[in-house]
Amino acid sequence: MIYTVSHLQNLESEAIFVIREAAAEFESCALLFSGGKDSAVLAHLAHKAFYPSNIPFPFVHIDTGHNFPEVLTFRDRLIQKLGVKLIVGSVEETIQQGKASDQNSNGSRNQIQSITLLETIEKHRFGACLGGARRDEEKARAKERFFSHRNEFGEWDPKNQRPELWHLFNARKKQGEHFRIFPLSNWTELDVWTYISQENLELPSVYFSHVRECVKKDGIILAHSPYLQLKNGEKVESLKVRFRTVGDMTCTGATLSSAETVEQIILETAASRIGERGGRGDDQFSETAMEDRKKAGYF
Amino acid sequence: MEKELLAFATAGSVDDGKSTLIGRLLYDTKALFDDQLIHAEKASRRKGLSFTDLALITDGLRAEREQGITIDVAYRYFSTPKRKFIIADTPGHIQYTRNMVTGASTVNLALILIDARNGVVEQTRRHALISSLLKVPHLLVCINKMDLVDWKEKVYEKIVQEFNEFSARLGISDIQYVPICALEGDNVVESSSRLSWYKGPTLLWILENLHISSDYNLIDCRFPVQYVIRPQTQENHDYRGYAGRIGSGVFKPGDKVVALPAGFSSTITAIDSYKTQLKEAFPPLSVVIRLEDDLDISRGDMLVRPNNLPEIGQDLDLMICWFSTKPLVSRGKYWLKHTTKQVKCIVKELLYKININTLHRIEDNLTIQMNDIARIRIRTSQPVFWDPYSRSKTTGSVIFIDEASNETVAAGMIL
Repeated sequence: MIYTVSHLQNLESEAIFVIREAAAEFESCALLFSGGKDSAVLAHLAHKAFYPSNIPFPFVHIDTGHNFPEVLTFRDRLIQKLGVKLIVGSVEETIQQGKASDQNSNGSRNQIQSITLLETIEKHRFGACLGGARRDEEKARAKERFFSHRNEFGEWDPKNQRPELWHLFNARKKQGEHFRIFPLSNWTELDVWTYISQENLELPSVYFSHVRECVKKDGIILAHSPYLQLKNGEKVESLKVRFRTVGDMTCTGATLSSAETVEQIILETAASRIGERGGRGDDQFSETAMEDRKKAGYF
Repeated sequence: MEKELLAFATAGSVDDGKSTLIGRLLYDTKALFDDQLIHAEKASRRKGLSFTDLALITDGLRAEREQGITIDVAYRYFSTPKRKFIIADTPGHIQYTRNMVTGASTVNLALILIDARNGVVEQTRRHALISSLLKVPHLLVCINKMDLVDWKEKVYEKIVQEFNEFSARLGISDIQYVPICALEGDNVVESSSRLSWYKGPTLLWILENLHISSDYNLIDCRFPVQYVIRPQTQENHDYRGYAGRIGSGVFKPGDKVVALPAGFSSTITAIDSYKTQLKEAFPPLSVVIRLEDDLDISRGDMLVRPNNLPEIGQDLDLMICWFSTKPLVSRGKYWLKHTTKQVKCIVKELLYKININTLHRIEDNLTIQMNDIARIRIRTSQPVFWDPYSRSKTTGSVIFIDEASNETVAAGMIL
């Protein structure tokens, strides 16, 4: 008998261990649910981790008001299926309360999300928020710990992270501080897709190839929506696209693709020469755009 | 056949070229995306460099890019047709040794870089010592920047000899050496004509072909209870399962087990993995174990086999790596995290610390400061169930947490 496990089994076991550790260490936990593929995988792993009990913490969705309608449909269906509580933090409300402004030329609410997120965490006194971020996504995320400490302002201090030895997580914190916990740290984009295929998970339809009204802005293909203001020379065109990540409609770039099934996506991902977030407008502001947002409390 | 995974950490002194080597490995194995490369090219030009600085691919933090150093460990994922790899790119700067230890604690191989011009320096010795204390099974020593010593075999041979003399006293069983030039790619993926006197394999060949033996102890059954699952719903009214990750050994339904610390015995009725029941469970699987009897078992307890108990006690001898800028306080109290259990401990005795360069013990005027490696004796507030680190990493490792700041101040390996 050879006692070995597959790569995905290993990743799954690690993620389930981290999720259970979060639930055990913190009185109040939440799962940050964006409706994207990574949070769909995380939700599934959380379901497995506590089965046959229900997931013992709520899901939090930060609603920018600029969602893909397909993603909201998917979110509501999954919430019902898993029997968890959904808490929605509304960016629209943050703006109406005068705590932020979206006077941005292309209407992106990406940066304001952090304010709404931190307010939601504070309001519900969450000690820890589980997120689906992965280290292979982006160079600042490559520096993340599984248990990532945030000070009472919700800030990340990347120069001074706690050492994280073996799988012994230090969950001690002071009042008002919180943790972000990333069970999928060691997963790659391809691992996520292979797992989705293996577990037969449902995803929002925007991940699969479809014909859509799009606008090309600065080389990035964006879905046309009422939130997008066209500048001179920009035009709406009908394209066959899919999305590799799902965020705010105004900053998530599409890729031209005819991949209609998970298997076709796996083949396409394996052959891709562009990183998954290469089409994310929010990462292009500067060289360290992700680090800057993460320091301020972003996902 | 599924590809095997090799996790490795890069180590070595600051400026030995770790980030450049990783950039080179990723570039030459075509593991970089076009947009990552374009970013690195643009950033290099902004910095006024005449070449593309591949280190800018892994040094992701603003402060790292400004100073051209690595502060914290960055994890990279790539695969070749033969294997999958996880790289922990760790900092060389002594100030950030704690991050090197973080990266090295979960890998199969430590890749130690040496600048051919400088030879074996204190950080090389420190990282080799840490790798041996952490029981990293393989060491790969890369003598880098061979271009700056005119590709001379003599320089390489001298460094190999110097390192060998040092490592012989560390008890590391598997060490390999390779001369490289990371900046230009010599012997990284392609073998180099400029190093034709070297007859061995390239760096990537070694990484792809190294025999990885299972790191797991399959003999001593240890199951630290992480979480108790009790649905208390209509359809699962009596379900009571103990969730956790198998620490070591193989568990099967029907096995007699003892729950520590209470000492009650029971029998495993089922091992659940979601909706399936397993015939056996072994590391690193996360499972739920159900028992025949309703016992008082909670997080921090441990299921073991009656004829193979771990050590149970409150007095521990450990080797520690101290991380905090505040020195270790003799008679000081700390939180200790061991498996899923958290207890308090008091430092009873500082036995010695190790002189990194000579490996001699320092026993006089002992103060244990940041980056020191020392042997200490502690007493815990409650009994812990442990094995020596050399036998089981899961039950042999601890972290120390400062009561006031909540910082992780040390890693400990039980002797």
